Amino acid sequence: MDKFTKLTAIAVPLERDNVDTDMIIPKQFLTTIKRTGLSRGLFYELRYDENGKPTEFVLDKPEYKGAQILVAGENFGCGSSREHAPWALLDHGIRCVIAESFADIFYNNCFKNGILPVKLPAEQLAACMAIAKRGGEAAMMTVDLESQTVATPDGDSFPFEVEPFRKHCLLNGLDDIALTLEDADAISAFEGKQRQAMPWLYS
Amino acid sequence: MTETMSQPRTLFDKIWDNHVVERRDDGTCLLYIDRHLVHEVTSPQAFEGLRMAGRKVRRPDATLAVADHNVPTAHREKGIAEEDSRIQVETLEKNCREFGVEMYGMDDPRQGIVHIIGPEQGMTQPGMTIVCGDSHTSTHGAFGALAFGIGTSEVEHVLATQTLIQRPAKNMRVTVDGKRPIGTTAKDLILAIIGKIGTAGGTGHVIEYAGEAIRELSMAGRMTVCNMSIEAGARAGMIAPDETTFEYLKGRPMAPKAGNWEQALEVWRGLPSDPGAHYDKEVTLHASEIEPQVTWGTSPQDVLPVSGAIPNPADARDDGQRRAIERALEYMGLTPGAKLTDVKLDKVFIGSCTNGRIEDLREVAKVVGGRHVADGVHAMIVPGSGLVKEQAEEEGLDKVFVEAGFDWRDAGCSMCLAMNADRLQPGERCASTSNRNFEGRQGRGGRTHLMSPAMAAAAALTGHITDVRELASS
Repeated sequence: MDKFTKLTAIAVPLERDNVDTDMIIPKQFLTTIKRTGLSRGLFYELRYDENGKPTEFVLDKPEYKGAQILVAGENFGCGSSREHAPWALLDHGIRCVIAESFADIFYNNCFKNGILPVKLPAEQLAACMAIAKRGGEAAMMTVDLESQTVATPDGDSFPFEVEPFRKHCLLNGLDDIALTLEDADAISAFEGKQRQAMPWLYS
Repeated sequence: MTETMSQPRTLFDKIWDNHVVERRDDGTCLLYIDRHLVHEVTSPQAFEGLRMAGRKVRRPDATLAVADHNVPTAHREKGIAEEDSRIQVETLEKNCREFGVEMYGMDDPRQGIVHIIGPEQGMTQPGMTIVCGDSHTSTHGAFGALAFGIGTSEVEHVLATQTLIQRPAKNMRVTVDGKRPIGTTAKDLILAIIGKIGTAGGTGHVIEYAGEAIRELSMAGRMTVCNMSIEAGARAGMIAPDETTFEYLKGRPMAPKAGNWEQALEVWRGLPSDPGAHYDKEVTLHASEIEPQVTWGTSPQDVLPVSGAIPNPADARDDGQRRAIERALEYMGLTPGAKLTDVKLDKVFIGSCTNGRIEDLREVAKVVGGRHVADGVHAMIVPGSGLVKEQAEEEGLDKVFVEAGFDWRDAGCSMCLAMNADRLQPGERCASTSNRNFEGRQGRGGRTHLMSPAMAAAAALTGHITDVRELASS
């Protein structure tokens, strides 16, 4: 997983609440056995019409070329647990999603892939959305994980919350599994106790 | 530690405490996972990760795999026509062989939707932690287990370590008081709950469902309710285990055997929430006020009683809601103010992990009662598992369905998410017993109305959204 420390990039506005993971990546792209190459399916049904022609979706407009921050509304990433959603965002270059709120599984999946999900209160989110709508250079923001702030071109600095353990892993690009395996003895001890108390779980 | 243990605890708190391997300073826990269900869509990258790191599956005995999302629900003997889908299923078979995980293959009668087969085999038990790379894992909470969906990175984490790094959720209790009126099913209860609290209403929480109307549900009904917890924003839903739970479990292939059964019962009886346990959020509904429910829009919270009318954007509480209603109406091709029961249908889908159990099929057969599917409507019934199919055929339900003009299929996820060949064409309108009415969920441009199996059956017979209570009396 790539580290996330500080990101200065164009922000792209997606002014919708309840963006679900079916919308982020429709089912026809889920038959892959790989993690990569999924940007092709990102927001597919919004980006292409029934005949596969581009719709001039915001992500494809020239002023958002190279955008790495996505600004959306409430309850972003609801629905299916598919990690293909953050994989597709990442494959397109998105490293940070700013929203008023996130669905739990999507939020969690972001951290496993080096994407920082940032929750901001409605008023600050509206400010970010307005900035993102300007497009191009004028829509550049800086998201700093170390100081936990979003800095806007208007000179505002919005603080955000992130759990210390998640922050630590993201700042250092740590592999969760390797970390957990350091506790292998504790896991074995737990299993030994559980097997005694609830043997049916092991038969 | 001792002090917190003596506080009254919820069902969730108890299961959580029982599974903490380690607690870190910031409150993050290493949580032990008792059972892991695996399917073909969200696991290939996880197995690949293990292989690349030279890791093994820690507990193959606690892991069970099945292909459900991609499998064809007709002419299965011909195999899977779409190459990507076939490769994905073959990859699961290969991974299971390599890592020593049991898998129910496409020709195994026990094959079916992952959330149907866990309970059916008795794998799902009270007090367990259960995960699967699938958001509808919440279904298993019906047994008083803590069950939730995870992403593929976490699937890999569980395969390798049998644990997850988690923070405790908040507790939310949804109480449904009183008795359900005739015609109101478990599906109507959960749709009404989602309508009340919204699709983000349970975010950050685990919902415990309580109250007389919940207690009186069969295990099938309880699974329907817990299944859609994710549509209420909660990662998990739970119902305290009781005699209904134990009765269902006893004698199932993977349930505790005779020597352990009594011991297990004793543990399970201690699981229900203590009196006075704290809930961070409480919501109460009255069952007597809940009519059969139908969704009209593109989010499960866009739900109304069947007697209702399509909403008017002009009545929205703010601009955001107005835009959302307008967009939903445009996508759904509906006119504000029109009666729900005037909405005509092209397709009917009965099945899914929400409503693909034998009890659901019996409900459908009861409504059909010798009538015929309306002209111009294609109505399919997809059992949740091979065993559900066998049972239905043993009871003669398949004959009722086929004679009435229903398309009787093989088990799988099918048109709930339309990953296999079962899908809506653009503009087609479907009455569906599944769980999501998102744009494009059942096929690009497809229009989904969520409802109970009985309501979907009624709709199939008349060709439009129908109040099953009126059909029954006609």
